[in-house]
Amino acid sequence: MTQTVQENLPGSSPPPAHGHHKPTTWKTYFTFCEDHKVIGIQYLVTSFIFYLIGGALAVGVRAELATPQVDVVSRELYNQLFTVHATVMIFLWIVPAGTGAFGNYLLPLMIGARDMAFPKLNAVAFWMIPPAGILLIGSFLVEAPASGWTSYPPLSLVSGQFGEMCWILSLLILGTSSILGAINFSTTILKMRRPGLQLTQMPLFCWAMLAASALMLISTPVLAGAMILLSFDLIVGTNFFNPAGGGEPVVYQHMFWFYSHPAVYIMILPVFGMISDILPVHARKPIFGYKAIAYSSLAISFLGLIVWAHHMFTSGTPPWLRMFFMVATMIIAVPTGIKVFSWVATIWGGKLRLNSAMLFSMGFVSMFVVGGLSGVMVASVPFDIHVHDTYFIVAHLHYVLFGGSVFGLYAGIYHWYPKMTGRMMSELWGKIHFVLTFIGFNLCFMPMHWLGLQGMPRRVAEYDPQFATVNLICSIGSFILAISTIPFVVNAVWCWVKGEKAPSNPWNAISLEWQTESPPIPTNWEGDPPLITDPYAYGLKPGRKAIGAIRGSDLWAAKP
Amino acid sequence: MNIPTTILTLLAGITITLLSLWLGQNNNLLPIAASDNAAGVDSLFNAMLAISVGLFFLVQGLIVIAAIKFRQQPGDESDGPPIHGNIPLEILWTAIPAVLVLGISVYSFEIYNQMGGLDPMDHSAHMKPAAVQVAMQTDAMAGGLLADGTSADPNRPNFAAGVGAKPGQMDPADVTVNVMGLQYAWIFTYPETGSVSGELHIPVGQDVELDITAQDVLHAFWVPQFRLKQDAIPGKTTQLRFVATQPGTYPIVCAELCGSYHGGMRTQVFVHTPEEYEQWKQTQIASGIETEAIAMAPPSDSQSDGEFLEPFAEAMAMDMSPEMMHQMHAGSSHS
Amino acid sequence: MQGSTADTETMMNVAGTTAVDHHADHPDFRIFGLIMFLIAESMIFLGLFAAYLTFRAVSTLPEDQMPELELLLPGINTMILISSSFIIHQAEDSIKENDIKGVQKWFGISALLGIIFLGGQVFEYSNLDFGLTDNIFASTFYLLTGFHGLHVLVGVLTILAVLWRSREEGHYSEESKFGIEAAELYWHFVDVVWIILFILLYLL
Repeated sequence: MTQTVQENLPGSSPPPAHGHHKPTTWKTYFTFCEDHKVIGIQYLVTSFIFYLIGGALAVGVRAELATPQVDVVSRELYNQLFTVHATVMIFLWIVPAGTGAFGNYLLPLMIGARDMAFPKLNAVAFWMIPPAGILLIGSFLVEAPASGWTSYPPLSLVSGQFGEMCWILSLLILGTSSILGAINFSTTILKMRRPGLQLTQMPLFCWAMLAASALMLISTPVLAGAMILLSFDLIVGTNFFNPAGGGEPVVYQHMFWFYSHPAVYIMILPVFGMISDILPVHARKPIFGYKAIAYSSLAISFLGLIVWAHHMFTSGTPPWLRMFFMVATMIIAVPTGIKVFSWVATIWGGKLRLNSAMLFSMGFVSMFVVGGLSGVMVASVPFDIHVHDTYFIVAHLHYVLFGGSVFGLYAGIYHWYPKMTGRMMSELWGKIHFVLTFIGFNLCFMPMHWLGLQGMPRRVAEYDPQFATVNLICSIGSFILAISTIPFVVNAVWCWVKGEKAPSNPWNAISLEWQTESPPIPTNWEGDPPLITDPYAYGLKPGRKAIGAIRGSDLWAAKP
Repeated sequence: MNIPTTILTLLAGITITLLSLWLGQNNNLLPIAASDNAAGVDSLFNAMLAISVGLFFLVQGLIVIAAIKFRQQPGDESDGPPIHGNIPLEILWTAIPAVLVLGISVYSFEIYNQMGGLDPMDHSAHMKPAAVQVAMQTDAMAGGLLADGTSADPNRPNFAAGVGAKPGQMDPADVTVNVMGLQYAWIFTYPETGSVSGELHIPVGQDVELDITAQDVLHAFWVPQFRLKQDAIPGKTTQLRFVATQPGTYPIVCAELCGSYHGGMRTQVFVHTPEEYEQWKQTQIASGIETEAIAMAPPSDSQSDGEFLEPFAEAMAMDMSPEMMHQMHAGSSHS
Repeated sequence: MQGSTADTETMMNVAGTTAVDHHADHPDFRIFGLIMFLIAESMIFLGLFAAYLTFRAVSTLPEDQMPELELLLPGINTMILISSSFIIHQAEDSIKENDIKGVQKWFGISALLGIIFLGGQVFEYSNLDFGLTDNIFASTFYLLTGFHGLHVLVGVLTILAVLWRSREEGHYSEESKFGIEAAELYWHFVDVVWIILFILLYLL
């Protein structure tokens, strides 16, 4: 049955009247606004600012490590720098950007909803982030936390009460925000889909968000439990985790990693989803193996819950436990491998538009593969005993979280920027940004594998002089990485104001979020959102391409 | 001129395979192997590296080729072919990684078993100090997440896992050293001679057991050349058992963040030839009282670490006076 | 603009029948959201219970240091909380018949029982011969019961808030009963958690 788009529209409902939606101006972004698009951009900009702060802290860390001696910062400050760096990057940048920013902005647009299920809750969840971030970073004024982002007791109980308490409070607030977000995402995906849209017809980002939301709902509360116990130890003087009073520090590690390992998937799953949505558009080819990618997200989500103790192979866990967690961890490589191979198959034989979004996406796949492969290595207990808590782990986690998540977030920003702002970004500066990031990133983190294997532990302010040269290379890489953000920030800010106006569907994409104006109107669509049952239907017939060329306004232009 | 694609693919496959196999054997990425555990870990690493290099080049190669071969030509606005999937291909790339990781798991298990990592699972086989039997009891009783004593008797020490005796190894270790980590030094006590030192001295070729614990916060005992690492946990004893195979001096590194001087918490292990070891033991017995003094002022050990700590030896001596250390430890046990 | 510029066979089909009015918004998903929230809540308790069980399994604390717990008062408290769960369920039937008075009655009794429970717990605390920081079991006891008590308090406040709102004519009805349902669901949750907690802390 062939229908035209226009024929159907007159039957749809009249555009809803919107009293409470004032036009979006720059001031709107500083208000308690319930529009998911405003909240999404609030999340994105806020978390990006935190990313810059976290990056500055990392530059401090690398400056200190440029030489084997303690010279640039004091030992105490050094510990504070890497502690806050990690906490900011995880809890204030990647988690809020991946889930909060893109989840909020894209989910309703992708499933044809007007807004999230609980708009007010959504705004509350966002507005918890700035105070938590200010609390964490503001602690530098007095005394920042210094026991690592893992904050293992008993060290965290003796390394400064004020900083530690700021860290705990900040994490409790951010954890709550994350749980509230997850409630919203899961309800929105499961309940708010446009009538007629099946789960298996959603863009893959929605699947990834569903998997990530499940993890947020199940694992984050356990972290909150650990934080409660830790704060009692810290303030009231109980001894849950303090061996001096009969406590068990290893119990904290279990509770902490029960959240913090799934947190890795909370950070990477939304990016997996974004990549699955970006590659087909710019490769002009359907996603390869839709169902495999969708279900592998769920598999990763499930497996992610039962592998936490692989962070504790040297912590004094019993052998049978180590073996179980080793095998479970290794199995995660299978669903992850399915995704990687599917992405490669997606671009294979396509007509690749090598723009910034595509470059970052392909950069993501190639960098993430490195992190994934070293991940299988460190899952192996005998090898992990050697490299645990060394620079090998630092390299591995940055290949996953920077080469993975951050490359993916950049790809997402380049890809959806026209939709969010109604302006195009500069491709030239985007490419410069990509090249600088790619070179800086590999220069900074690839040599760290060698450092760890050779015997350099992590979280040290001073190290054996035999590692001096390689560390200097890493530091230079990190400075390039820091510089690489400049073209991006300039590009993003400049183009938001002065950039070329973006059409509603500049990439000729099929998925639903592109079938409306750029930026979308407050109700997302006038009239009903179209029903797109295959968001990846690229390359059917030459004539079919026209669907991508339809402007969002055309869809309701025929209205009486 | 036209070489068929199949031939090219075949050649690429052979090249990648050979390259990964070669890199797996000749990577020189690990430091020298100085314990009997190291060879197993190294061969495991080499195998995983070979597989990883192969997969890495496969994926990177495909991406790079795609970027060159399949980039959009100017003026071409058409789409690629509408391929939605290929079930046999998907089964293939699910099955191959599954087989690979299962193989690596089995291999790792085997190496771990050879190292003695499974030892605390099976203590009934050989007679060991009471402490170890507590560990066994715990595993059976609590099935809990922590391997240490459930015992209500405070006299029985808490025992946590580590790397224990190798399969079939029934006798207690030839040399046992008690290791204590504290901010920011390692203290080694030799029950045999009753002596104490800030550096570890062990004989080559003999079975050594380290019983590791910590005084204040978590530390981790790591000798990269031995490929062995184990957390030191206050109130518990963890174990590392190994045979050093190469005489020499190797660094001992603290690998678990333990405070501001964590990076400076380093010392050395001396692997002696039997004669040297005997000699060293005699000097220890002779000067037992002096070493006691060293133990009381652990920070001074760090100074003897030589060139590495030289630049800040002065700062450390100042910050790390015995009084200071005493205060710190008192403080930590209070809270 | 007519014509097949867009072939909508598989990719696009604009159904014109379902009106989505933004002001009537969408069906009420708040109960669904609350269930999601309670899943998260139960994970906190699960984490704390797991920590407690692990402490029990591995602690080297001598037996005689385990806190001695009286069973009578907590037993009565348990009966109170369980019966309040049945009582609050009656409100559900009342609201189905639009009987606000009935809702007020059942909610009032539930709130009262909740307050008695809290009072009982405070009384129990004041008669215990161990303090919060005495040892790890004393600490876990106070933390678990206290954290649960906090939830009871929130539950009581929610019930009271519903009661307060129900004074207004027509605030709650057969169609608009989210507050009532939510308070009831939350109260059941608090009840279930207590039963598990009671078994773990007092009986095991």
